[in-house]
Amino acid sequence: MNDSNKEEPVAPDLDQEGDGSDQDDGMGEIVNEFLVESYENLDQLDQDLVDLEQNPGDTNILSSIFRTIHTIKGTCGFIGFSKLESVAHIGENLLGKLRDGELKLDPARTSALLAMLDAIRQILSCIENDNNEGSVDYSGLVETLTRLQTDDGESEAPPAPVKAEVKEEATPAPAPEAEKVEEPVVATEEEPITPSAEIDEDMEPIVNEFLVESYENLDRLDKDLIELEQEPGNTEILSSIFRTIHTIKGTCGFIGLHKLERVAHVGENLLGKLRDGELSLNPPRTSALLAMVDAIRYMLGCIEKDRNEGEVDYSQLVDNLGKLLTDEGCAELEGSPPESVPEPAEEKKEEKKFVAAEDKKDRRTAPNKEEAEHVAKHGDKRATDDRRKEGRGVADSSIRVDVDILDRLMNLVGELVLARNQILQYAPAKSDSSFIATSQHLNLVTTELQEGVMKTRMQPIGNIWSKFPRVVRDLSMAVGKKIRLEMEGKDTELDKTLIEAIKDPLTHIVRNSCDHGIETPEKRLANGKDEEGVLLLRAFHEGGQVNIEIIDDGGGIDPEKIKSIALSKSVITQEQADRMGDRELVNLIFAAGFSTAEKVTNVSGRGVGMDVVRTNIEKIGGSVDIQSAPGKGTTLRVKIPLTLAIIPALIITTAEERYAIPQVNLLELVRLDGDQVKKSIELIQGAPVYRLRGNLLPLISLNDELKVAKKEESDAVNIVVLHADDRQFGMVVEGISDTEEIVVKPLSKQLKGIPAFSGATIMGDGKLALILDVMGLAQKAQVISEHQEKSISKGSESQGVANDRETLLIFGLEADDRMAIPLSEVARLEEFKRSDVEQSGDQDVVQYRGEIMPLVYLKNALNGGSSKEESEKELMQAVVFTRNGRSVGLVVERIIDIVEETISVKRGANRPGVLGTIVVQDRVTDLLDIENVVQSADPSFLIDTTSVALVEEA
Amino acid sequence: MTEQKQFCTFYINKHMFGVKVEQVQEVFRYQEMTTVPLAPPEVRGLINLRGQIITAIDLRLRLGMEPGPEDKLPMNVVVRTKDGVVSLLVDEIGDVLEVADDVYERPPETIPQEVRNLVLGVYKLEGKLLLILDSEKAVNVSTDTIAT
Repeated sequence: MNDSNKEEPVAPDLDQEGDGSDQDDGMGEIVNEFLVESYENLDQLDQDLVDLEQNPGDTNILSSIFRTIHTIKGTCGFIGFSKLESVAHIGENLLGKLRDGELKLDPARTSALLAMLDAIRQILSCIENDNNEGSVDYSGLVETLTRLQTDDGESEAPPAPVKAEVKEEATPAPAPEAEKVEEPVVATEEEPITPSAEIDEDMEPIVNEFLVESYENLDRLDKDLIELEQEPGNTEILSSIFRTIHTIKGTCGFIGLHKLERVAHVGENLLGKLRDGELSLNPPRTSALLAMVDAIRYMLGCIEKDRNEGEVDYSQLVDNLGKLLTDEGCAELEGSPPESVPEPAEEKKEEKKFVAAEDKKDRRTAPNKEEAEHVAKHGDKRATDDRRKEGRGVADSSIRVDVDILDRLMNLVGELVLARNQILQYAPAKSDSSFIATSQHLNLVTTELQEGVMKTRMQPIGNIWSKFPRVVRDLSMAVGKKIRLEMEGKDTELDKTLIEAIKDPLTHIVRNSCDHGIETPEKRLANGKDEEGVLLLRAFHEGGQVNIEIIDDGGGIDPEKIKSIALSKSVITQEQADRMGDRELVNLIFAAGFSTAEKVTNVSGRGVGMDVVRTNIEKIGGSVDIQSAPGKGTTLRVKIPLTLAIIPALIITTAEERYAIPQVNLLELVRLDGDQVKKSIELIQGAPVYRLRGNLLPLISLNDELKVAKKEESDAVNIVVLHADDRQFGMVVEGISDTEEIVVKPLSKQLKGIPAFSGATIMGDGKLALILDVMGLAQKAQVISEHQEKSISKGSESQGVANDRETLLIFGLEADDRMAIPLSEVARLEEFKRSDVEQSGDQDVVQYRGEIMPLVYLKNALNGGSSKEESEKELMQAVVFTRNGRSVGLVVERIIDIVEETISVKRGANRPGVLGTIVVQDRVTDLLDIENVVQSADPSFLIDTTSVALVEEA
Repeated sequence: MTEQKQFCTFYINKHMFGVKVEQVQEVFRYQEMTTVPLAPPEVRGLINLRGQIITAIDLRLRLGMEPGPEDKLPMNVVVRTKDGVVSLLVDEIGDVLEVADDVYERPPETIPQEVRNLVLGVYKLEGKLLLILDSEKAVNVSTDTIAT
């Protein structure tokens, strides 16, 4: 909504007597404003209602709901949406009773209220699309809501009063019915009121919102009133004024601001008569109305400052406004000039106090008395100005801006960043120091501007999460499950376009988790879990990305089941299935045409969901990954960039072309010179690997992947260490230039299909560079298939001999034997000089990473011989095995290879320390029972260090 | 019947081709391009056109003809298509011609398949033929390469 709407008094057409007919154009803007407001409110309501069901006694939530519905109802009535009004009205009545404690919230009522919200939403969308309320009949809903207003329809009498009494403490006592108001709309609005006008702290957000709204409205009122005086017959302006005052009055009543309400109320009465043509506007009436606006503004100021309505007595203003309701009373007052309308005098009194205070302050600082007097004289005006300034604090702190404008700004900033980059490239070549200084300044300002504009587009993810409580509630009711939704990191911000883009995928994931993830209460109980399932949404920033996790503690995903379904639906072939690991199988749920639901429910299971989810997330440069522990739950992790437009990237060159690698994928850079190249890059069956701090890093060559010829012959090798999908790999490039902020431009349709690129960018010199899609490259080069362990150093738990594919480290102990251990067991591979070996008692040890690591000579250990090494080689190869923070080095003769194999034990163990014999690369290989070996060599090793510590203490 | 239509004409391998004037955004001389590895051969590279990145498609290759001589740099005809703005690389730029409908004919069956796929029709002008290029199809490289 644009601010301009507020400037123009918009024409409410009062002839519209709410028959659901088309709205005329004059109402267009009001209707639009109403729609925007209402949609916002409805989203809030959904959440509130679900919250309320959890805490049925929470009067704050109830009041907030009540207020929202009341606002919608009021506005509908005014615009003439009678159907909408009747639905909202009946809902309001029910809410009113709930709030007053006459009724209790039960699931039936919640559902009815939620149904009412849906009805309202439906009507609103009809209004938006067709300008009328649609033809759906809501009488059934209205009936239900009416029925629910009595306690189970019959036993209304006895329980109600009791409850009311109980409630009395929580809810403020009902207001004395002193002011019976004529309008039915107002009548329903009679509020329980605290005798003192102090505002409840919990009301704070509501009050602030009210203040902002009211200030906006008052500014318009002033203008409207003046215009009205010019053309007293203009009912459009009158109606607009009437509406504003009515809104203020309604809200005051609700918040418990009686004085303000009374003033607004009498003003409204007068305005009502003016609008209906019963009275005509004359100067006294205008003055009184203006005085009323001032009074309201003053009280708002007090509320903002001190959270109460101030001490000023407005009874005379109220009286005057009352008198002005009749022409006689008007005549009576007409005698006195407008200035003598007593109210302003009242206000002045108050202001004098204010001024006096000001004076004192001023005197302290004022150098002479004259100035002080001057201040005193003009204090009035000044004080008013000051007060205005202070009063505006809330209203001025935010404005609404069209998203299109922000988008345009963002594009322009993008171009500016490019221009800045170009200038920065020329700057060092110039000797003109002022040019250099200016370009640096430009650089700084651009950076700040870019950040600032980005910030304007940032929104907390809570904005889209707010509808999930409702989604989860409805779903859990529909499928008969108990699900508790928890959220962490609601404030995590990301770009608005991204927020929009992930809304649907996230909703889908949440629905899926509720439908497929979390089990029925019976099943949960049977599995020894809490009856209530927990769905946790978590968002956080990490490495320039936003991570969103959807975690359920449900049944998890059974890879075998996925496999059989995928096979039956021909998503994969048997051959593929056999080669897939659990993780890959689970990720099959993202494959097109896949649905695991045993039966298709109306919730999900139509088999189009998860692949669309993945496509949509990948479209915005994100990724989605699923991890599942059968029986324990499933975690879906969505990673998306903070923003799409401008990203930091590393520029590299290969074959004389520049390429950009998004910084998010970058881990580190390694440069190898001369001899190092041959030494540290090794080949395993033709596949190059590099030992990065002892871990094997698979390497790919960018030249090979892009099928471009190598242009530079140099001794040095540059390795860019990247990660994609939690896996690391190295990419060999010819040259590395610099990091730069690049503006991402999409590739044309002709090039979209190339997985290696995600876009292009314009470099500082005006030339183009392609942006590498690290994920695509990795998949293309197959460096991130299943078994490339995330990080070898993280020793995972022993999996024993599983009938599954595993990465094995093959080594030899004698001239021509082969042994294997799962690579996942290996922390590192190290080389030690024989001279580094020291003695500790009977044990050979080495100093390793600040610890003393015992060495086990594997050959001897297996043969049951002494623990002394007999070989005389200068360098010893050791396989480091770590458990519970302690390491042991297994000395072997040679490291042969790392292979990926399906382990199936061909023959059982025939000697201690060997789990069995397998065939690897057509060679018989013994599978080492590493725990057994370590245990026999150092019995204390596998005992948890903490327990060891305890024993020592004892 | 004799409605007049304007075509921007250009030459590829001595043949005169035309694209509707309304579809042409601009025409400019050879500009340095950034090659895109792994791209279909018809995609010669990317051009920075005043901050807009556009793809250049070699029409010779697209029409199944020999690549142009090394020493002669192609010209760019930038056309607007529903897939965005694309530059067509041609040998030479011709005039803008106004032709009448009554000399129009469907492309004959005998011309090579690659050409016929991309030609909407032929205008029989005096002394030469004007082949009308289907620019939408001409820039539709990715799907085409999969299909064939």
